[in-house]
Amino acid sequence: MAAVRKGPVVCKFCERLHRSYPQAHLLQRRLISDTASSSEWKSVVGLEIHAQIATSSKLFSGAATKFGEPINSQVSPFDAALPGTLPVLNKECVKAGILTALALGCTVNRMSKFDRKHYFYADLPAGYQITQQRQPLAHSGHVDYVHYRSMKGQTDTAETRSCRLIQLQLEQDSGKSLHDAEDQQSLIDLNRAGVGLMELVTQPDLTDGEDAASFVKELQLILRTIGTCDGKMQEGSLRVDANISVHKPGEPFGVRTEVKNINSFRNVSKAIDFEIQRQVKILESGGSVENETRSFDAETNETVPMRDKEKLLDYRFMPEPNLPPLYVYNNESVPPGADTDRIVVLEKVREGLRELPGEKRQRIQEQYSIPLRSASLLVSEEGLLEVFEELVKDGAHDMKSVLRVLLHDYLGVLRKHDYTVAQCPIKMDAIGDVCDLVAAQEIIPASVYKMMCELAEKPELSVKEIVDRDNLRLIQDRKLIEQVIFEVLESEPKVLKKLRKANSKGNGLVLKPLLGPVQQRLDQRGNHVIITEIAQEILKKML
Amino acid sequence: MLRYRLLGQVYGYFSIRQLSSKVPNKPTWTPVDSSKLPQVKEISRELVDHLERLSLVEFSNEEGLKRLNDAIQSANQLYIVNTDGVEPLDTVLEDRSLYLRKDEVTEGNCKEEILSNASITEEDFFVAPPGNIPLKKTDKEYKGKLK
Repeated sequence: MAAVRKGPVVCKFCERLHRSYPQAHLLQRRLISDTASSSEWKSVVGLEIHAQIATSSKLFSGAATKFGEPINSQVSPFDAALPGTLPVLNKECVKAGILTALALGCTVNRMSKFDRKHYFYADLPAGYQITQQRQPLAHSGHVDYVHYRSMKGQTDTAETRSCRLIQLQLEQDSGKSLHDAEDQQSLIDLNRAGVGLMELVTQPDLTDGEDAASFVKELQLILRTIGTCDGKMQEGSLRVDANISVHKPGEPFGVRTEVKNINSFRNVSKAIDFEIQRQVKILESGGSVENETRSFDAETNETVPMRDKEKLLDYRFMPEPNLPPLYVYNNESVPPGADTDRIVVLEKVREGLRELPGEKRQRIQEQYSIPLRSASLLVSEEGLLEVFEELVKDGAHDMKSVLRVLLHDYLGVLRKHDYTVAQCPIKMDAIGDVCDLVAAQEIIPASVYKMMCELAEKPELSVKEIVDRDNLRLIQDRKLIEQVIFEVLESEPKVLKKLRKANSKGNGLVLKPLLGPVQQRLDQRGNHVIITEIAQEILKKML
Repeated sequence: MLRYRLLGQVYGYFSIRQLSSKVPNKPTWTPVDSSKLPQVKEISRELVDHLERLSLVEFSNEEGLKRLNDAIQSANQLYIVNTDGVEPLDTVLEDRSLYLRKDEVTEGNCKEEILSNASITEEDFFVAPPGNIPLKKTDKEYKGKLK
């Protein structure tokens, strides 16, 4: 057993600093050791994340940015790259980029520049994308994220990990292409062309698919908290490209491949793990990995080479001549007489920061002495933490029961109906009543979820009404329970035999063979704690 | 200084008006000794293929290659300019502050006008050839003569 150590620890597997002891990491390596039977392979993953900036108009034009609008209805002459049009930078996009940079601990560049990246694709009408290659808006920074590892027969372990960022840049999104294979043509919708994107580039600090998915989840949570991106992966407002390579420990990184446009957490995990295994298989059989761009097919769970890979890619970057450098000022450096509507001041943007998910987790872990896993779950659903804090305020309800009800049953109801906390009609008082029943062990544990579901559908019902109607109260009557135990022992010799056998091994008192039949006779409504108590007393005398 | 001198030359050609005190009244230049320039290397067929693909411009004929050759030779003149200690000039606007726009929807909703530029449309989509526009693989007559 690994001793629990405090303070940051360097993991001997991934050589990275961990906040808590990376017990989970031991299993983390399972994936790779499974695939590479003869020798250990290390996988290295770095991500490029494109996050659409939540502004009403585009990065360089005044066209709208709504999702799912009629085709080509949100296109300005600039977005269609008509001659004579010029880019005019959206101040909110700059502010959103800086706010995100601050939330991720990045250093904001006082001066950043725009560049043109050239490539020909029908959804990029200008033939180039305006991006920030040489001098991005911000650089460095890191994201601390919670990683879970579920292990067989054990509850998930949670640990805090950290992934460094290289840079954050502003750039234009492209249009959307619909490929019509039958007619050999592409259909182009430019509604998305020119929407502001933040591109985040990470260091190759991630190890595998689940690790990367945990990172992206945390990033999504941060972006939603500060409101700079809605984070809807299914609508493409948060997209992930992954760079993946494998190598032997002690050797330099292997040749990497890039998997483009992954659009869900599950696919992040699946695509990366598939790619790691594919590369290991190639290398194990003596082949070599080709540096190429691949895409993930969610139906077959495979990555496939992209059809038009350009071997000699040359983006011919050049400074964007139509945009002077972008300056970000602080209170001292604001030029005298500057129009405050037309400049961005760092301190003003900083005021938009809120309590970030990592800070929330740390605060509630300390304030309520709850484990990281619970803290992380509470923080991961918008508004859930507020419900929790309201319920446990001044010790109104038992905290353990509140956590149990919220994290198991309430969250389950939210998922079932695809509700946000704000949309969920269950009244706060009702949740409190349920928590009290759970705390007093007066209610059948398995019925809590069903009851919450009913409360979500018929919020006018009271908890007491449901409990009485469905007879959900636990049987607390000690006499009755004692009677049933004796009944079982007398009428079911098999049970007694099993009990004798189990308890002859000297491993302490074993009750398990008895509990099932007793609960069965009690219609699964017996109070587990009381049954256990009484059974212990009886068996001690009997055996 | 160098930057302003080059700028001055440009303005000198096109405008008699004095735009800035830093722009000289008269253009000045020194003739370039072309023998000091690096020789233009022979252009291989692969390079022509590559450049055609990148630029989507077809130029693999005698005239096109001569132009490419001339362009390289012209650009080679830059080798003899001493740029030690000179920061590259990205834009002549680099001392201006970048104008920032309010986040307001002021454009769009002009589908008909936007689509009126397209030669083929389908259900309000622009229609384009599939994927990257592939250059025809068939060898042109002139390409065959290249190495």
